[in-house]
Amino acid sequence: MSVAVLSVHRGVAGEAPRRDRFEVPFEHGQSVLDGLRWVRERVDPGLAMRYACLNANACKECMLLVDGKVAYSCTVRLEAREMRLDPLPNKPLLRDLVTSIAPPDERPPEPAAG
Amino acid sequence: MTASIPSGRPDAALLRADVLVIGAGGAGLYAAIEAARRGADVLLLDRSLVGRGGATVMAQMTVAAALGSETEDDPAHHLRDTLAAGRDLCDPRLARLLCEDGVEVIREMDAWKAGWARHGDGRIRQVQAPGHDRPRCVYVDFLSTGPAVSRALRTQAQRQGGIRRMGEVLVTDLVLSDGRVQGAVALDLAHGVPLRIAAGATIIATGGLTRLYRRNSASANMAGDGYALALRAGATLIDMEFVQFFPIGHLAPRMIGMDPIMWDPFRYKLGGRLLNGAMEEFTDRYGAPDGGRYVVTRDLATYAITREVAAGRGSPSGGAWLSFQHVPEAVLRENFGPVIDRLAANGIDLTQTAVEVAPIAHYHMGGIRVDPAMHTGIPGLLAAGEAVGGANGANRLSGNAITEALAFGRVAGREAAAIAARDGTGWNDAAARDALALAGGTGPARPGGNTAALFHRLQAVMADDVGPFRTAAGLARAARRLDDLATELGEAPAGAPLPHDLARADWFDLRAGLQVAQAVVLAATARTESRGAHQREDHPGLDAAWTHNQTVALERGCLCLASQPVAEAA
Repeated sequence: MSVAVLSVHRGVAGEAPRRDRFEVPFEHGQSVLDGLRWVRERVDPGLAMRYACLNANACKECMLLVDGKVAYSCTVRLEAREMRLDPLPNKPLLRDLVTSIAPPDERPPEPAAG
Repeated sequence: MTASIPSGRPDAALLRADVLVIGAGGAGLYAAIEAARRGADVLLLDRSLVGRGGATVMAQMTVAAALGSETEDDPAHHLRDTLAAGRDLCDPRLARLLCEDGVEVIREMDAWKAGWARHGDGRIRQVQAPGHDRPRCVYVDFLSTGPAVSRALRTQAQRQGGIRRMGEVLVTDLVLSDGRVQGAVALDLAHGVPLRIAAGATIIATGGLTRLYRRNSASANMAGDGYALALRAGATLIDMEFVQFFPIGHLAPRMIGMDPIMWDPFRYKLGGRLLNGAMEEFTDRYGAPDGGRYVVTRDLATYAITREVAAGRGSPSGGAWLSFQHVPEAVLRENFGPVIDRLAANGIDLTQTAVEVAPIAHYHMGGIRVDPAMHTGIPGLLAAGEAVGGANGANRLSGNAITEALAFGRVAGREAAAIAARDGTGWNDAAARDALALAGGTGPARPGGNTAALFHRLQAVMADDVGPFRTAAGLARAARRLDDLATELGEAPAGAPLPHDLARADWFDLRAGLQVAQAVVLAATARTESRGAHQREDHPGLDAAWTHNQTVALERGCLCLASQPVAEAA
């Protein structure tokens, strides 16, 4: 069993970003999404990430930055090294790895201030 | 439609619609379109992104409808096959609706540019799926049926007008006032705030419960939440013991970016050979020869593979081998083009190696009990799609799921528009108070228990003891473990809501999933026979005395099991 180190962006919009490092054991062939789900189940269920279809690359919801490049977390393999995960840079940040990617007319209403 | 902030409740916006549709898969999208074209103002919600989450987008290939474009066909033939597959438990009124309206909705989807595969002369291609008496299943190449159907419906919903589409909204409770459903309370997952939704009629189109199993072909959204909404609103569930396992879900080697049910279209087009660990054909030992053709129904193939593994004749990873080694490379490419490259990227060359497959939770025959107009019996509440139980009895025929979603969605949309026009939309804030407090309130200190781990344990319980093979002892163990998990879950989600708060969403999923799992265990324990997808090791064989449906309702906080005669054909 190999170990990947996921360096993950944490925090909400307007907050000073911080990073958490998670050591994730994996078998060859597992995806970054598998690693993130492992983190939620074993370490921090509060980690915000977006996915729906798990492994089929059908929902296209799990897009993020892996080492600075746009990718689907379900199709990038885990590797035995540090992998840097960040939210999409050109979308409004919601929290951690999740950005607002729905078309503007398909989003919930902005909550009133206060 | 307006979002307003009434005085005194700055924390929860109030949305109003004639028709609220919960779930934006095939059933929800079709329901929204149909309600809107009948003049209703529609709010279409999805807990994921609209048209992306749910099961429809994951369909790989077949959609059954008696179009008759390959050979003469008629909905009556499709109905006969559907009823036979359902092992005498189908509600024939719902099955007939599926088969008859199915033809119309599949043709309408063609007009909406779903892109069904065609012959050179323009005829829609139809393949023969297991359990069908002739070629009846349309599809979109390559392995693209689900995405194509979702895209066509989403585009049509945009064009239609009158449909406000909204993703990232998890409905946590329906709100009843004077015995009718007047809308819902939801959690806006994007912002982490509760919402109030007033609606004249509400349609549950949230799909099934297959996420309750460790190995499943569903999206992360399908954990029975719609069933639990219906139960708590007073509606009745039916046929909960019948969970369909897709027999040849991918098992090994590990692949990325591929749907685990991808071998279904391969078998349709190329046959392939299903072999045990000794590379022998084996389904004939269980009464149905495979013979390199894709003809064995899902319940029987699941039974055969599981039995073979139990007898020590499984593949190395605990399944069966599926081999296309006899199919020439050129034929593979002709039929699956880019998919062959995606397999190569995963290190798989089908001309050289077989793959391992095993049963995987795929669909739920049971669900919310409705009449043929999709009414649940609770005023203002309807259901559509996989969330509905009864059409498919004890075993669903290949290709009937998308057809059911579209056909039932259309009926539900039509009915909901009529109800909303007749009864109007009201809102009683007092009736929503408890649900709002739960959705938006601050619970016990974080981190609380690990909700993701808890869900994983729920999946283990269901996989271990409530899978395709069941015993009284295993079911009793499952019931105990589910009770323990429910105690562990506690009365409220931890902390205050955050943006995209998966732990909070998990809490609501667990509240729903545990109750729905208990309903499955309750019905499976009582049914002391083996029929279709429900196989009891301690009660082998079908027992004609069990030719009736079981129902589950919530009475004074307890799940209550009852039985009813199979519905008569209309």
